Amino acid sequence: MTLLDVRGLTIRIGCSDVRIVRDLSFALGVGETLGIVGESGSGKSMTALALMGLTPSVLRLSGSIRFEGQELLPPDEARLVGLRGARMAMIFQEPMTALNPVHRIGRQIAEGLILHEGASESAALAEATRLLERVGIQNAAARLSAYPHELSGGQRQRVMIAMALACRPELLIADEPTSALDVTVQAQLLDLIRDIVSEQKLALIIISHDLGVVAELAERTLVFYGGAVMEAGPTRTLFATPQHPYTRGLIAALPGHGRGRGRLAAIPGAVPPPNRMAPGCPFFGRCALGDETCRALPAPPVLFGDVAVYCHKAGERP
Amino acid sequence: MLSFLFRRFAALVATLLATAVIVFTVLEILPGDPAAVMMGLNATPEQVAAVRAEYGLDRPVVERFFGWVIGLVTGDLGNSYTYRVPISGLILERAAVTVPLAGMAVMLSAGIGIPLGVIAAARANTRVDAAVMALSQIGLAVPNFWAGILMVLLFSVTLGWLPSGGFPGWNAGIGAVLASLILPAVAMALPQSAVLARITRSSVLEALQEDFVRTARAKGLTWPQTLRRHVVRNAMTPVVTILGLQFSVLLSGAIIIENVFSLPGLGRLLFQAIAQHDIIVVKDLVVLFAGVVVIMNFLVDLAYGLIDPRLRRG
Amino acid sequence: MSAPLSVAPPGSNPWRHPSLVIGLAIVGLVVATALVSLLWTPYPPTKMSMAERLQGPSAAHWLGTDHFGRDVLSMLMVGAQNSLAVGFVAVGIGALFGVALGTLSAAKSGTWLDEIVMRMADFTFAFPAVLSAVMVTALLGPGVVNAIIAIGIYNIPVFARLTRSGALQVWRRDFVLAARAAGKTTFQITLRHIIPNIAGLIIVQATVQFATAILAEAGLSYLGLGTQPPHPSWGRMLYEAQNAMQRQPLLAVFPGLTIALAVLGCNLLGDGLRDVLDPRVRRSRQ
Repeated sequence: MTLLDVRGLTIRIGCSDVRIVRDLSFALGVGETLGIVGESGSGKSMTALALMGLTPSVLRLSGSIRFEGQELLPPDEARLVGLRGARMAMIFQEPMTALNPVHRIGRQIAEGLILHEGASESAALAEATRLLERVGIQNAAARLSAYPHELSGGQRQRVMIAMALACRPELLIADEPTSALDVTVQAQLLDLIRDIVSEQKLALIIISHDLGVVAELAERTLVFYGGAVMEAGPTRTLFATPQHPYTRGLIAALPGHGRGRGRLAAIPGAVPPPNRMAPGCPFFGRCALGDETCRALPAPPVLFGDVAVYCHKAGERP
Repeated sequence: MLSFLFRRFAALVATLLATAVIVFTVLEILPGDPAAVMMGLNATPEQVAAVRAEYGLDRPVVERFFGWVIGLVTGDLGNSYTYRVPISGLILERAAVTVPLAGMAVMLSAGIGIPLGVIAAARANTRVDAAVMALSQIGLAVPNFWAGILMVLLFSVTLGWLPSGGFPGWNAGIGAVLASLILPAVAMALPQSAVLARITRSSVLEALQEDFVRTARAKGLTWPQTLRRHVVRNAMTPVVTILGLQFSVLLSGAIIIENVFSLPGLGRLLFQAIAQHDIIVVKDLVVLFAGVVVIMNFLVDLAYGLIDPRLRRG
Repeated sequence: MSAPLSVAPPGSNPWRHPSLVIGLAIVGLVVATALVSLLWTPYPPTKMSMAERLQGPSAAHWLGTDHFGRDVLSMLMVGAQNSLAVGFVAVGIGALFGVALGTLSAAKSGTWLDEIVMRMADFTFAFPAVLSAVMVTALLGPGVVNAIIAIGIYNIPVFARLTRSGALQVWRRDFVLAARAAGKTTFQITLRHIIPNIAGLIIVQATVQFATAILAEAGLSYLGLGTQPPHPSWGRMLYEAQNAMQRQPLLAVFPGLTIALAVLGCNLLGDGLRDVLDPRVRRSRQ
């Protein structure tokens, strides 16, 4: 059954017509894992915040977000408060700053339980201990009274995961959870997330600029650019045989993917600011295949097996 | 934690001692012959010599200094030249007016300023915010002694509700004491609450930008819950600094306000002692004021440690 | 200190900042009044006229007369000269010595010189403005010159601290490192790189200190320690008005209003200048 159904989500800045996210549609079923991959500024983090209703007040949202059958737009703060933490949870990129430095971590984990489920403080702390153990923190009971600055970055991120899982949500959104961590710690954390997701049958949206991270965790992937989906489909197929010029560029730019040694193949140009992107396909201007149709009209999806490619020139090679 | 406390305490004692040295140097050594200063220009050399002997001003400098410090600690400060009574008794009597006054002023300024600052920050860039900011600008610009005079004009002269000055003494009961202290306390609190409102507002605004606020909201906390549990405590550090500093500003404000309202407090005493060239009393009062400030800073440091556990290392 | 509510980004056209415009207008008005009063006032401010004592505002005396029959408006105008002069000189002294000490301290950061300057600055902070001003005038005697010295002395550590912390930040920047690598002396770097980069900070602080100086001068004059009669001063006018409060309450209103207005103008000017000059001002939008 469909847990999350997003249709035509568009995020505009203020009163202008500048779009950070354009006409986004995707669906997520119970226990499914979805990856969103893209560069900084592609709108992927904003999408995640929009699902939680946490976008800055200056942004305007239109379209439809249905979670467990409930329509979440226009945002109703009272209803969202009840969903956040309890039915949908989010973990963020910067473990250094995402935890409140003046409160002990036990209390921060227990807070959700106390507020959403009316648990007593001792019951909540007991559950917090259990959660800390589950995420792999040694001496969980003693660590309850630690402050965030006494933990390492990897441990803090585990605490964030524990906090997110406290009220047993259906959906976990992870926004660049490992980007601020060392490579070795990254691998451990990804293993942990994968374990927990499969054990608790959580739906997961994993957002990253790192193709490797998404490949590890997501069954399906959306490739984002300029606030729109470029290509969507099963992760394996997508990465093995990319059809969209942008996806091809991303894969080609990976070290080791190119033809032997020599310079890394970079995508020419730079990401323009949202108000300078073409009204049609946002990738226009950096794409070798682009023409007037691409500039003016949004690309409809073209199906290549299980993969949907949003490109007027899908299948063509430069 | 214990070593943190100990080190801070040692620093406190050292600072207090240094303060005493400076006050002593400036007020007793610099003016030259303290006895001559006290007696004024018309005194004969014999009179000056007599005063010098009576107050031990002919002893060597170092001996005088340590005698003074010991006196400060034990509470025996000798007699006042002007009033012919023990100075320590005089100070305590006057402190019974100034301390409650300053206390009321601190509570008023914190009670008005901090909540206003939080409200302004929570509603940043709206009309409420602009109103609080405008009010605080006015509060900063108005001289507190003028505010005092205006309040006397309104509440005493026109309405007759409150006395226009003077202190009835603690024997007259708590009601009468409060009535005589409320107007001066409000006058003193006015500019301080403006300062507190502004600093609270900017501190809360900064705390609101922090990542952990977003985490709290992602957990499902409402805005009021987020403010209460996560923002305010983190924003308190600069506010506590200012509150601590306010005490010293209040003490100096007391000098003027006690004159406006004819209150027999420490500020008035200092002013009168200066007018009468009573160096001994002036010295004692100044080191008392400065000592209070140093102790206040020490308490503020301790408070930091309580508020922000990261600072306990020391 | 506060996050500003101005509508324009820093460094943009100065006329778009309301604080700056209003502050400038008010301060300009006060300065203009003081200048005009050098040449002309409605009445000689010290002229007494017992027949016309304690009158309220009228056509002849726009703001009324005091208990000696002196014209309030004229006294306020000449009082402006007094307040402005004390403010300028006192803040000037403080800024001169304070900035010098501060840049020296920053250039020799970490040495005993730096330590001493900082300890001394800390100590003087234990004595807030009015208290130290009262102390100095007590030592030296009442009078406008001593009041200026007293307020000036208090300002030195304020500027020293500010200059030092600002200068230290500039010292850390890359272009200074480049200058040092190129062999420039500390003195040359201080003059050519450090001072121009902290000038904005100092100017803003100077306006704020000016406001404080006006308040301090008024307080001292009220206590009788500052400008001595018969020279008109706003603080002294308030003192005399308090005695006559029963019979002519308006006397207490005008001098205080003038002080508040002047201080408000300086504060707004300072805020406005900070918006325009300081690139690190934070936006408070969410």
